[in-house]
Amino acid sequence: MKKATVKPVIVEALSLQDLCQFCQADEAWVVELVEHGVLEPEGSNVQTWQFHGVSIARAKRARRLNRDLGINVAGVALVLELLEERDAMMKRLARLDQT
Amino acid sequence: MEFRDYYKTLGVARDASADDIRKAYRKLARKYHPDVNTGAESEAKFKDVNEAYEVLKDPERRAAYDQLGQEPPSSGRYRPPPDWDGAYQFTGGEFPEGEVFSDFFENLFRRGERSGARMGAGRGTDSHARIEIDIEDAYRGATRILSLRAPVVGPTGEMRLEERNISVRIPKGVRAGQHIRLPGQGTPSFGEGPAGDLFLEVTFAPHPIYSADGRDLYVELPIAPWESALGQKVVMPTPGGKVDLKIPKNARSGQKLRLKGKGLPGTPPGDVYATLKIVNPRVSSDEARALFEKMAKTMPFDPRAGMGG
Repeated sequence: MKKATVKPVIVEALSLQDLCQFCQADEAWVVELVEHGVLEPEGSNVQTWQFHGVSIARAKRARRLNRDLGINVAGVALVLELLEERDAMMKRLARLDQT
Repeated sequence: MEFRDYYKTLGVARDASADDIRKAYRKLARKYHPDVNTGAESEAKFKDVNEAYEVLKDPERRAAYDQLGQEPPSSGRYRPPPDWDGAYQFTGGEFPEGEVFSDFFENLFRRGERSGARMGAGRGTDSHARIEIDIEDAYRGATRILSLRAPVVGPTGEMRLEERNISVRIPKGVRAGQHIRLPGQGTPSFGEGPAGDLFLEVTFAPHPIYSADGRDLYVELPIAPWESALGQKVVMPTPGGKVDLKIPKNARSGQKLRLKGKGLPGTPPGDVYATLKIVNPRVSSDEARALFEKMAKTMPFDPRAGMGG
């Protein structure tokens, strides 16, 4: 078994191209996610877009839901919203359960 | 390796139609999708379901799989018939990129898959994985050993899974939901190209005291009735160590106090929010009982005044 130490970096921001490579999607699909408000990049035009933490994780989730379950962009947008709502409630519930 | 009953995994009969197989797969994929179902087993189950479907959805692979027969009733170890797959020319359908299935699958179906043209000098693919760390690890930084299984091509061109351990330095200040990139730790290139990168999505393990929201941490802080009434200094834990916290006079239960900059490090660092919870002592001595009786007599207090009636 090989063992190696590598220097890890926190992924702070990705450009459109980097994000496409990151979640193995094409640009048109990512642009559509932005148009549906699923991803909120910083920057005024497509060339200068920078995607941050939440958007990166969301894009990955969106891509997997699309690939694995065949959900289209509007469906993915709805699923993600509901899932995030559910996660927030689970968190609250966990906090209440402690008391 | 162990025999895999793909029909059982999808819950279909051996003579199920392609349509039934697809339906069964879709149903199970929704049920176990790791982004939808956060249960601990769902990720493994989802993988099993996908592996089964990869084989059964393809008529050639399904026919080859059916040739293998059923699970040998006696031993756990399975060996394919010596000439298996000789009669079938796999046209090499697409497998999910970067996905690693069971030894059974990799040995029987992935053979030679990445040979020839696809093995060009291209860069290896990126891999994705999740890593669960403690909030303290994110506060201080830490080193974790990660076990990865990746397909490699042996000298004779066969695929096998190789396990390797890498030690990962968790960067200080990482937040849940962020990704850590490990350059060159993804799938190796099967040609001369560089290996892909490995991305780790960070999640926090449930913590007995803290819960995190971005860089902010939330704590429920139990206080005594006199601490809340009189306003006293109490000592409370933060990931950076114990700190003094001044409870304001007449503090309410549920009141939130902010400790600026005591959350996860960063620019700016996060805050710690303490939610006060007034806890009554158990009255067991006569002295304590006398004190409460005195309070009951001398303090005009109706906690239910706002309820009307």
